Amino acid sequence: MYVAVKGGERAILNSYDMLDDYRRGDPALPELTLPQIQAQMPLAVSRVMAEGGLYDTHLAALAIKQAAGDLIEAVFLLRAYRTTLSRLGSSVPIDTARMAIERRISATFKDVPGGQILGPTYDYTQRLLDFTLEANRHTTPLAPADEPLAAAMPRVTDILQHDALLQAEVPLPGDPAPFDLTRDPLSLPAGRDARLQNLARGDEGFLLAMGYSTQRGYGNTHPFAAEIRYGSVEVELFVEELGFAVTVGEIEVTECQMVSQFAGNADAGPQFTRGYGLAFGYGERRAMSMSLVDRAMRASELGEAADAPANDQEFVLYHTDNVEASGFVQHLKLPHYVDFQASLELLRRLRTERAAGVDSAAADASASGADMPIVDAAVVGSRRAAADADCASARNGAPTAATQDQELTS
Amino acid sequence: MTAAHANPAAPVERDPHYNFGYLDESTKRMLRRALLKAVAIPGYQVPFGSREMPLPYGWGTGGIQVTAAIIGATDVLKVIDQGSDDTTNAVNIRRFFGRVTGVATTESTRAASIIQTRHRIPETPLSEGQIMVYQVPIPEPLRWLEPSETETRTMHALAEYGGMHVRLYEDIAQYGHIATTYDYPVMVNGRYMMRPSPIPKFDNPKLDHSPALMLFGAGREKRVYAVPPYTSVKSLDFEDHPFTIEKWDECCDVCGSEDTFLDEIILDDRGTRRFVCSDTEYCARHVAEQQAGIQDERETERQPAVEVGADTATAERLHLGEVL
Repeated sequence: MYVAVKGGERAILNSYDMLDDYRRGDPALPELTLPQIQAQMPLAVSRVMAEGGLYDTHLAALAIKQAAGDLIEAVFLLRAYRTTLSRLGSSVPIDTARMAIERRISATFKDVPGGQILGPTYDYTQRLLDFTLEANRHTTPLAPADEPLAAAMPRVTDILQHDALLQAEVPLPGDPAPFDLTRDPLSLPAGRDARLQNLARGDEGFLLAMGYSTQRGYGNTHPFAAEIRYGSVEVELFVEELGFAVTVGEIEVTECQMVSQFAGNADAGPQFTRGYGLAFGYGERRAMSMSLVDRAMRASELGEAADAPANDQEFVLYHTDNVEASGFVQHLKLPHYVDFQASLELLRRLRTERAAGVDSAAADASASGADMPIVDAAVVGSRRAAADADCASARNGAPTAATQDQELTS
Repeated sequence: MTAAHANPAAPVERDPHYNFGYLDESTKRMLRRALLKAVAIPGYQVPFGSREMPLPYGWGTGGIQVTAAIIGATDVLKVIDQGSDDTTNAVNIRRFFGRVTGVATTESTRAASIIQTRHRIPETPLSEGQIMVYQVPIPEPLRWLEPSETETRTMHALAEYGGMHVRLYEDIAQYGHIATTYDYPVMVNGRYMMRPSPIPKFDNPKLDHSPALMLFGAGREKRVYAVPPYTSVKSLDFEDHPFTIEKWDECCDVCGSEDTFLDEIILDDRGTRRFVCSDTEYCARHVAEQQAGIQDERETERQPAVEVGADTATAERLHLGEVL
């Protein structure tokens, strides 16, 4: 029994020990180290950093280890820790055009300035289980490429924008500070800044499913992956005293820009429009899904039909967050016996009344226009009297109750 | 999850790694501002910048943030879940505040200055100066009528609450009763419709003109709302179908109370059940008072003090509440 026990505290403490033991597994095997997780599970680390909203590979690895590989639990750990961190400042926007590229592909042009860079990808691995990984494989360090990557790697969307074929993304008038989803509650209709922040931390599975739904006809936007790039960018902080921005570090990000056709309206001619996706670390599926959903949520502002689930800002934005969703779904395992008792009481009363109503209808078949069923007052009255007698004995510490207690306790 | 948790009887130690109340001071200030607004507009849902807490959403993060924002070093905290101080979630939240504030905790409703609760209002009447903090899963009373937040905010602005009356009427037409048993909608101060969190409607009358301040926190939905002391809280009803609360034919099997909310305990698979007070602290105190009363009677009759057997029976009955 887990409810309402005085031993609840001891049970909780014991559960910590059991969880520790479960997480550690067979102690004969060496324990996982954080550098191992950082180095050998980088995609898990990326996902946890993205959904945790905190770029720190060490802490993400710790969270993954502590969560025994449950990435949503790891995200939760990182988010809770994030709450305690003070904010020192805001960086200047990162410039993905200046990314140190690891991978960069475009699906819209056969070749682009800087070339297509496949980089580390599972795309063409044929997904055959590699049994050579069963044993520890001795790997030789990667030899450097014959020639370095092109110095200039312009974003494909920037090239499209030169010809005004793609709708420009310009800051709002006066360039106001962006909304901060981690400090302020979401209000609707949400600006694109709030939407993108929400999607950036959203559950990858949810984004994937919503993005997928647009491809299957629920709000199709006919997207093309103009460019996907993954690599590292500098994070710069503008220092008032110095009067210029200084680089405080480098982070890895994955960016996806989808372009979709837009028929045009009275104000603008036909153009391509953009769906944008950005993820901490290497998260291509996530960035692509995000860009699809971002574009889908722009439907109504572009005057398109907006009746599919992915077009519905409120539906999407309120259901992306897996920390919220996981907590609320799992709160159903908390005791609800007070509410349940209230429902039970009503259900019994309704059933009693219904039975009484059926009985009286049978006895008086000719009765017409019967009103609400009425409880048989005599039946209730006699039950009440019997109950009152029990109450009196309970108040006097009846031995029967004590005997029952012993049975329960043992 | 550290190794140093061997003795559950030992008080939880204050963890100096975290700010008092876990949240940083600017977050607490943001919360207090939202709460002040909530108190100024009784029943109105105030959006606030809810933070991720180290307990899961849906497990009381709203209540925890409200408590964290208002708690001071001299406060005495009581935490209940389903009316009981001993449910695992209540124990866990109490331990959390022990760890991040070091304040005194209590099970006594009378001794507490802040009572954080899930699903119940204590049976012991509250008094002036006490604050009830409710954990709220869904703050919007109109949510099952209208899923869109944009729509429901407009409905509140216009006090457009006819839909709820229609729903209650439909219940009466279909079942002969209003079939809402918990989270029963109320009108606060004659203006805003409010969800009293999933307390059974049995507890609704305790909200009306209560001398205590009632604060409601919904962390996942990022809303706080409040009922100030001595404010009118009226449960929705009709002239010919007045609001009623649950009644049991049974009384509490432990303390014999006939006017408390009862939990049903299933004893076997043949339909044997018993009923006990959901408010375990009230129940235990009731028993203790009866015991004292019996003792007084016997003393006035110049009989020997309570024999050991009676004590044991009481102790066992008390223990029942602990075991179940």
